[in-house]
Amino acid sequence: MKPARFDYVRAESIAHAVQALAGAGGDSKVLAGGQSLMPMMNFRLVKPSVLVDINRIPDLDRITLEAGTLRLGALVRHRVTAQDALVARHIPVLHAAMTHVAHLTVRNRGTFCGSVCHADPAAEMPMMTLLLDGTVHIASPRGTRAMPARDFLTGSLATALEPDEMVTAVDLAIPADGTGWAFEEFSRRHGDYALAAVAVLMERRDGRARNVRIAMMGIADTALRLSDVEAALEGREGTAEAFDEAVARLKASLAPNSDLNASADYRRHLAGALARRALAEAWDRAREAHMEPA
Amino acid sequence: MEDRATITLTVNGLTQTRAVDARLLLSDFLRHDLGLTGTHVGCEHGVCGACTILLDGRSARSCLTLAIQADGATIETVEGLGRMGDLGRVQQAFRDHHGLQCGFCTPGFLMTITDMLRHHPLETDDQIREALSGNICRCTGYQHIVDAVRELARARGPLT
Repeated sequence: MKPARFDYVRAESIAHAVQALAGAGGDSKVLAGGQSLMPMMNFRLVKPSVLVDINRIPDLDRITLEAGTLRLGALVRHRVTAQDALVARHIPVLHAAMTHVAHLTVRNRGTFCGSVCHADPAAEMPMMTLLLDGTVHIASPRGTRAMPARDFLTGSLATALEPDEMVTAVDLAIPADGTGWAFEEFSRRHGDYALAAVAVLMERRDGRARNVRIAMMGIADTALRLSDVEAALEGREGTAEAFDEAVARLKASLAPNSDLNASADYRRHLAGALARRALAEAWDRAREAHMEPA
Repeated sequence: MEDRATITLTVNGLTQTRAVDARLLLSDFLRHDLGLTGTHVGCEHGVCGACTILLDGRSARSCLTLAIQADGATIETVEGLGRMGDLGRVQQAFRDHHGLQCGFCTPGFLMTITDMLRHHPLETDDQIREALSGNICRCTGYQHIVDAVRELARARGPLT
């Protein structure tokens, strides 16, 4: 048998799940889609003594429209996110990103929240959660808490989740009407982990870029929000010059690693090329909205 | 909380009850406990697609699924598609189009394609290739597999 021995808990409720996590004394894992956890268990890179299967907990498989946000429950599979009408209508940039996520069979099982918890620096979900100012909802035997995604994602494969906690949902902020968007990714084969990807949101008021948001992945230990570049574009006209300057600033700020797949120079070049394309695309998609009179 | 349990599931229309270790993979359960060796194991970490089965009607990697998770589930494997002399339509299309050579990856392809034909628009070769991209074949170069799927997609009824 591939995985090491563990005790298995089929959680009936969130309360049941977090009680089982707490009882394991820090040596437990939550099993949702299992598309990242099970390979690591098969390699025995991860050997939990208790595995808490949340797949039978009711009502976690829904995407719901809340005030200004879409809430994705802990069992929302990639296939559902990719095909969901609320996502397509309210967050088209996420709808576009989903076409790059893994392969058909993996999308049937893998979950949005699971991927955020796995925190792979080359996966789309942590990056999209950062882009969309996401909030992570967490339960434990001590109660519930909500945490901004930028605080939740602490490093490569690392999060702020405590051993007795599980993520119950992620909220994504719905961009304002008319917000321009773009998603650009490059991978060796479609559906593989990306060498680099960028997502952009941009509003357009009085001919100027407003509320610019840029997230990238594949170019650092974690997915990133590029707040310096965002700030530099704020209030600028959407000209080739402005975007070229932003890309130069972006490339100067990156320190990607070299690895088997790509050298640092190549990754920096790729990040710049994808970002340049995405900025222009988002600007073109943004619909002009005039400032409300003060 | 157990490291062992008794599970009951339906495999290719037959109800099966077995005691299993919690850590037993569904792929090994099908092959070793039920003797259904048509489901192949290649990489055993979710990359190659050879172990693909249908779990409650949707394709899943059986090497990334625990047998204990399938308690109460409906499983379909390649053995459920047809038999020698009475091939299922996906199998027949593979035979007609030479969609296999060594055959190792074939059960996984057949199950993925069964899911594709039930649930996915397959109007262009690009869509077919994208949907097949999670299954690896080292022999065919994929062209004959795409040919088989194209014919099946054109002949199928409405999506479910």
